[in-house]
Parts: sequence; structure tokens; C-alpha cells
Amino acid sequence: MTPLLALRGLSVAYQTGEGRLPAVRGVDLVVRAGEVVGIAGESGCGKSTLASTLLRLQPKDALVEGEVLVAGRDVQTMGWGDLRALRWAQAAIVFQGALHSLNPVRRIETQIAEPLRLHEPDLSAAAVSARVAELLEQVGLPATRSRVYPHQLSGGQRQRVMIAMALACRPQLIVADEPTTALDVMVQAQILDLLSGLVRDLGVGLLIISHDLSVLSDVCDRVAVMYAGRVVECGSAEQVFTSPTHPYAQALARAFPRVGDATARYAPAGLAGDPPDPLDLPQGCAFAPRCARVVEACVEEEPPLLQVGGRQSACIRVGQA
Amino acid sequence: MTVPPLLEAAGVGVDFTTRAGTVATALDGVDVAVRSGEILALVGESGSGKTTLARTLVGLQRPTTGEVRFEGEPLSYTGRAQRRLCGEVQMVLQDAAGSLSPRQTVYESVAEGIRLHRRVAGDPAGRTEAELVAAALAEAGLRPPERIFLRYPHELSGGQQQRVLIAGALALRPRLLVADEPVSSLDASIRGEILGLLLGLRDSLGLGLVVVTHDLGLAWNIADRVAVMYLGRVIECGTTEEVLESPQHPYTRALLSVVPGAERLTPLVLHGEVPDPTRIPSGCRFHPRCPSYADGTAAGARVADHCRRTALPVLAATGNHRVACHLAAAPDF
Amino acid sequence: MSSPAPVSARQITRRRRAAAWRRNWALFRGHRTGLAGLGVLGVFVVIALAAPLLADADGLRVTQATGGVLEGPSSEFWLGTDDNGRSLLTMLIWGSRISLLVGLLATAISMLIGTVVGLVSGFFEGWTSRVLYRLTEWFLVIPFLPLAIILAVVLGRSLLNIAIVIGVTSWPATALLIRSQTLSIKERPYLERARVLGAGRWHQMTRHVLPNVMPMVFANTTLTVAVAILSETTLSFLGLGDPTRVSWGSMLEAAFGVGAMTTGMWWFIAPPGICVVLVVLSFTLIGRALEDVLDPRLRDRR
Repeated sequence: MTPLLALRGLSVAYQTGEGRLPAVRGVDLVVRAGEVVGIAGESGCGKSTLASTLLRLQPKDALVEGEVLVAGRDVQTMGWGDLRALRWAQAAIVFQGALHSLNPVRRIETQIAEPLRLHEPDLSAAAVSARVAELLEQVGLPATRSRVYPHQLSGGQRQRVMIAMALACRPQLIVADEPTTALDVMVQAQILDLLSGLVRDLGVGLLIISHDLSVLSDVCDRVAVMYAGRVVECGSAEQVFTSPTHPYAQALARAFPRVGDATARYAPAGLAGDPPDPLDLPQGCAFAPRCARVVEACVEEEPPLLQVGGRQSACIRVGQA
Repeated sequence: MTVPPLLEAAGVGVDFTTRAGTVATALDGVDVAVRSGEILALVGESGSGKTTLARTLVGLQRPTTGEVRFEGEPLSYTGRAQRRLCGEVQMVLQDAAGSLSPRQTVYESVAEGIRLHRRVAGDPAGRTEAELVAAALAEAGLRPPERIFLRYPHELSGGQQQRVLIAGALALRPRLLVADEPVSSLDASIRGEILGLLLGLRDSLGLGLVVVTHDLGLAWNIADRVAVMYLGRVIECGTTEEVLESPQHPYTRALLSVVPGAERLTPLVLHGEVPDPTRIPSGCRFHPRCPSYADGTAAGARVADHCRRTALPVLAATGNHRVACHLAAAPDF
Repeated sequence: MSSPAPVSARQITRRRRAAAWRRNWALFRGHRTGLAGLGVLGVFVVIALAAPLLADADGLRVTQATGGVLEGPSSEFWLGTDDNGRSLLTMLIWGSRISLLVGLLATAISMLIGTVVGLVSGFFEGWTSRVLYRLTEWFLVIPFLPLAIILAVVLGRSLLNIAIVIGVTSWPATALLIRSQTLSIKERPYLERARVLGAGRWHQMTRHVLPNVMPMVFANTTLTVAVAILSETTLSFLGLGDPTRVSWGSMLEAAFGVGAMTTGMWWFIAPPGICVVLVVLSFTLIGRALEDVLDPRLRDRR
């Protein structure tokens, strides 16, 4: 079966005044129906650039190489008509920052109905409002709230509206960029519950992008950890969070302690240094300057992403003692 | 006689008048206390009043009722008294990027407090301003400090911005530091570094620390004591181990169960959000969302009526593990 | 940064300023229109400063006039003569001084009032702020020309008075701009931080609000100069200017007076008119470019 989304050797670079800035460097990723895949990484690791290429929303000056296949068709080379049909109807994005992505002067029902009107112009007004009510129900908002404006909703409710919009045209694939950032823990749990429920009930594929590995480990089937534009570890969520192999993935996993874990008490785990400047990537492994386990071989050549016991890791020391 | 805590809030209440003319009760009687060398975490969701409490503790917000005491002395809100307090109690605000003026270099941002409080003239070692700034930056973990003197905030990483803010506060040699969500806007790998810095400051300088956060993992990482807040009240407080390992209040339990990455005991996702502070529910303010009230546990313990009607007392700041819950207090529970 | 560690606070400040100037100039150079405006303005400033070298001031005296009445352009009088036989070129060169001077003076007055009123009414709460805001609105809705005419008549016709008249009538727009900017800066976290550090209102206003609104004031200044020069021209054209001095406005008035418009004496009308347009345009272009360079909201878009 064709996967909903397949990235093959995706690379994205920006042309800047100071040279070519590689944001994404050779990423392979597959999302199948009914599967939740997470991409974890810090600011500047290329995860948002990656998300923007999925529906060809990247800035004009971005140079994209490799393939972005949505339902088997390359998004980056298809015609405008096909692309428009694909956006919303086959794949939809829930953007980061629900407050800014909603139009403040239009009622939420109008905004949810917008993709419907664009993609299914034959729908009657009654059918549209019935669908909007159904969507609101689906995301856990009472249909009676359909006539409010975004500012009358809380952050969590606005995020629900964004999800309802994404679901409007029954897409097969949903991409959520930092869906819970800036939300409280309890509201975050509600939104994550909602998203996993949707995947279970509708059988869609979901790609979640987040800086928080612990959030991803809760809802995802598989997680890919990105560093400096590359996937450095990829495996089941359980594996990546509880027994990561790449030193960077280890640091990310340790950053969120489990309450009750005596080893984390008065010992917050951190990672010294800052991510590398993409214009000036270090020789060899990009993580080497911050890595505690670095050996000479690390700085000679960038280690490839290798299959190690049911998962992938881009560290030459994995498997070594 | 016992030594009074470094800073304490006694029955502090803060009301705001909303634009519609209704009164919002952001804080409704709060007792908290911090001692020197102690780290207190104020935990709660947005709308719980934790940031208002932090602002009240440093004297930025005047309490409507109750008082804040520094070493047993009630704060006075005259300009001079407030300035003196600033030298003793400092705060690091949420949003590190926005807290630095875009037109000031790192040097000027850190030197600002030194100049305002004339710390060069009062320095016992007779150091110059540049030396004081360099020392503060080094304490905050920015070494060598001179290298970033002339940088502007937008040229720094998030972690560096947070360190500059901490340095700016440390330059005044405060005895208590209040940090509002010190790591929430930072990347995961930087998080541990900043928390480690805060812990180190407590150990090396004997600083008292109040950390405001919605992140229970953070509290577990560094706090000695935890106060869980809900809708303007502290609903559970005690040592970190007591509160986080054997939580008594249903709200604390719910919060703990949804910490991502935790092996969920029983995922307890509460419905809705913290209610509007203009309409605080009667009785126990948590009862409309309380899972133990909803599933009949409270009724089983014959306290459901109390949950609906009887208001709970303000929890005392010091001492043992305390909880503001009718159910937890019920004899046959 | 490879430079050695600076020793004193003053040295650091100086170095930082120099860096800021260099950066802003580099940004400004990116604006072709702004550079063009700067070039045109430079030419006018040089002409105004070098007026005594370019044309004899005696040429402005009616009694010393050597030309015929209302002559067209010739090799002797490049731009012809006025009704008193004076060289229009001489008048144009000396007029640039008055027009620029009045424009700058009026702008300085307008900026001073506008900035102070805007800052205070934006920063403080309570009745002071409300009174100032109402005053600003009140001045804003008064029609400019009648007020200026009345003020000019009451104060008398002199160079300084005309500048005061223009300054006093043109500040409200600046005040509103500064006020709105102040209101937004007041809510920024770095002001809260300053309060945490124990800063009083004066410190907050002068160290944080003012530096952050100054770029707006700067950019706005150049735009106001343009308006002020136009106003000077208008008032002089209406005969309210300083009667003892020649400005571009008074030249236009004289041209109108002798019916240059109907008799086709283009050399009398066109040069001062074109000069006004060029100077106003150059200030506007510089202002737009400066706005882009100095306004953090526009700059942070990258």
C-alpha cells in the first residue's frame, strides 16, 4: 500500500547573503494510515522547514531536493491545480500559534466552513452548517459555540477550532506543527487525547512536530529525532524515549524527568553548548562539539543513519561498548 | 523565638476590576513562605494566580487584602521602600527574549540595576562597574563575560538571554530570586542547564528561590517545597516528595497524571479549563471539575455537601504537608 | 568578537554607538530612493550654505536691481528677473536658506511639543494623560490654515513667528504617533523588568521608552520638515511670511501678484515651485527610508 506520506532524501536549503544555508539535510520518513509519527528537535533543527515542504508552503527562495510524496505523488513538482486540490482535501496542516492563525474578525463557523466552500462548492448552505456542527462535535466543542469569535475562546478551544478546520475536507493526512506549545499541561493532555482519538476513529495519518520529546512519546507510534537538519535517531516512541541510543536523543529524553525518579532529584540533566550554526556546520558529526562520548572518528566523517536492532541511529558509537 | 522566613505572604488577596466592571479575584487568601537557601515551586495552570502571586511577592503588585513580609517586616509601598526591596528581592520574568530592551547591549542591561542602586560606590572590594558586570555574567554561567558585552539581545540564543536576565538580577546581590517560568520558552537541551544554574546559585550564594511553573518535572528537578495553586488559592503544599509522590488533592493527582512521558498511573484528564476568576464556585472552588466529586467518591465519604457549600480555610504556609480538600479531611476516607 | 575586552563603561558605550551608526548606514544604503533623496537634499543644503559665494546678496535689494522688469531668461539672468528687475536665480538661491531654515525650525518646535505631549500622555495614567490627549485631539481637528493665519496675524510677520505658527499647528500628528508607540512599549516585558530592578518613572521613560520611540521621532521628523516647508510656502504665498526676506513661498506670491500664471511667465513660477517639490520629496524619501531602517517593527521582519 502506498504510504500517505513519504519523504525520500529531502533536503532544503536557503540562499542567504552569507551563503547557502542548509535547513534540512537528507531526511527519509514514512507516515502510513492510522499511524502517528513524531518529529522531535529544537529550534533551528529544520523541523518547521520540513513541515512547510509537505504542502509546498516553503518560502520561494528555498531550494528543495529529493521527493515529498503525498499519497504517492510528488508535491514539489505537481501542477498548481493538483496542489490546490491536495491541500486541505488530502493533507491538512494545523499551524503553530492558534491565536495568530485565526482571523479575529470572523466567526469560527465561517472560518471552519472556508475550506469546505473552496473544495466542495456544490455543498448547500444547510449541508455546510451541518458539517461545521459535526466538526465542532468531533473536536469537543459544543455546536452552539459556532457563532463566537476567536477572542472569546481560550487557547485550548482555539486549538480545537484549528483542528476542526484541518478536518473539514476529510484529509487522509494531518500535520500538526507544535500543537500544544503554549498550552497548559491539562489542556495539552486534552488536545493530545483529541488527536489520538481522531487517528483511532478516522484512521488518518498524523505527523506531529514538537520540541518536547515527552509529549511525542505519549501519543506517537514512531518518533524521529532531528539535529542540525538530519534525523539522528528514529524508532518506536517507547524505544526513543526510554532507551535512546544517540547521545543527543538521550539528552532530550533526560531533559524531562519522571516525577518520582530519584536520580533526577536536584540533578536536572542538561546539555552544554548551543546547536551549531547551519552556515558553519562542524566537520564530521554535527553533534560532536556537544557530545560527551566523542571520539576521533566522529569528527572525520558525518555518520550515516544506520539500522541498529529495530531502529535507526546516526552515531558511530552505537553498538560499541 | 523563631527566625521569621525571608519572604512570606500572609492572607494575600488581589482583586482586579475588569473592563466590564466586575471584580476578578486573582488571589483569594494565600499564605506562602520562603527561607534563605530554600527553593519553593508555585505550581498551577494559567489562571491559577501563580504569576500574580510572584508579582505581589516582589512588590510589583499591591495586595488588596493581607500583606507580604520581608524578614517579618510588612512591605511598604512608598517609592523608597520599594527600591530598597528591589535590592533584596529580584525577579526574572517569563519571556526572556522580551524582557531585554532591544536597544540595550548585554552590558547595559546588566549594568542597569548596578547604576540604579549605585552598587559601584557601595562595593566593598572597590570594583569598577565593568568588573561587577563581568562578575555577574560569570556567575550566571556566561564565560568569558567580556565576549558578549557588546551583543544585542537578538544576537543571543534563548539560553544566553535567560542567563543575561539572571545575571542582571544577581548583580544586585539579592537574597531572594523569583523566577517566572524560567525554562518554558527554552529548548529542551538548554532547560537542564538553566535549572542547574538556579540550583547552583542556591548552593553557592545561599539564595532563596521562588520558581513559578506549570511544569511538575521542573519542581521535581529542583524544588524543596511545592505549593499547588488553583484559582487564586494554594490547595496543597508540603515538601516536594510529599506533594508529588503522595498527592492528596484530586487536582494535584490529576496534574501529575497528565505529565507527558510519565508512566501514567490512571490518565486523569480533567474537562474544561480553570474557571473565570470573576465567578469563583462556592464551597470548594475545584468541585465543578473534581473527578472525585463527579464519580461519587465524595458523596460516598458523605462530604459532597461540604464540597458544594463549605468554603475551605487558607492553608498555612509552613510546616507539614497540608491539603485543602473536604474529601482528604474526611475521617472515613 | 575578537576585539579585546573594553575597560570602561564609556568606552563600551562609544563602541556600541559607532557600531549602531555603521549598521544603520549600511541598511540605509540599501534604499535607493532614500539615497536619491539624500543626494538631492545635499545639493540644496550646499546651495543654501554657499549662497554668499554663488550670488551677491546685494542682488536681493530692489534699489540695486540691475535688470529690466520681468525679463525672460537670458545669458545674464539665467532665470530672468522679477517685477523689480532682480535676478530670479539670486532670489531662488537665497530663498532656499529661508525655506530650509523655517522648515527645520518649525519641525524642531513641532517635534519637541509632539514628543513631550505624546510621551507623557502615553506613559502616565490619570487626568494629566487624559487632558493632554484631549488637547491633542482638539488641535488635530482645528483646520490648519485658519488657525495659522490667525496666529500669524496676532504674532506678527517675522521669520521666527512663522516657524512658531507652523510648529504649534503641526505637532498633534506627531504626538498621536508617539503616544500610540509609547502605549505599546509600556506593556513590553522589559519595562516590567526595569520596574523589578527598582527603576522610577523618570528612568523608565528616559532610558527605555524614549530610546525606543526615538527612531519613530527621527523618521517622522523628516516627514514633518516636508510638511513644514510646504506650510511656509503656503503662508508666504498668502502674504503672511516675513516681508523683509525672500523665500520660495514669497517668490511664488510675487509671481502670482504679477499674473505670471496667466501671462505664461513660466520662469517666474516654475523654479521656486520645482525647488519646493524637490526638497519636500527628498525629505519624504529620506523619511520613508529612515522609517524602514530605524523602526524595529519593520526591521525585525527578517
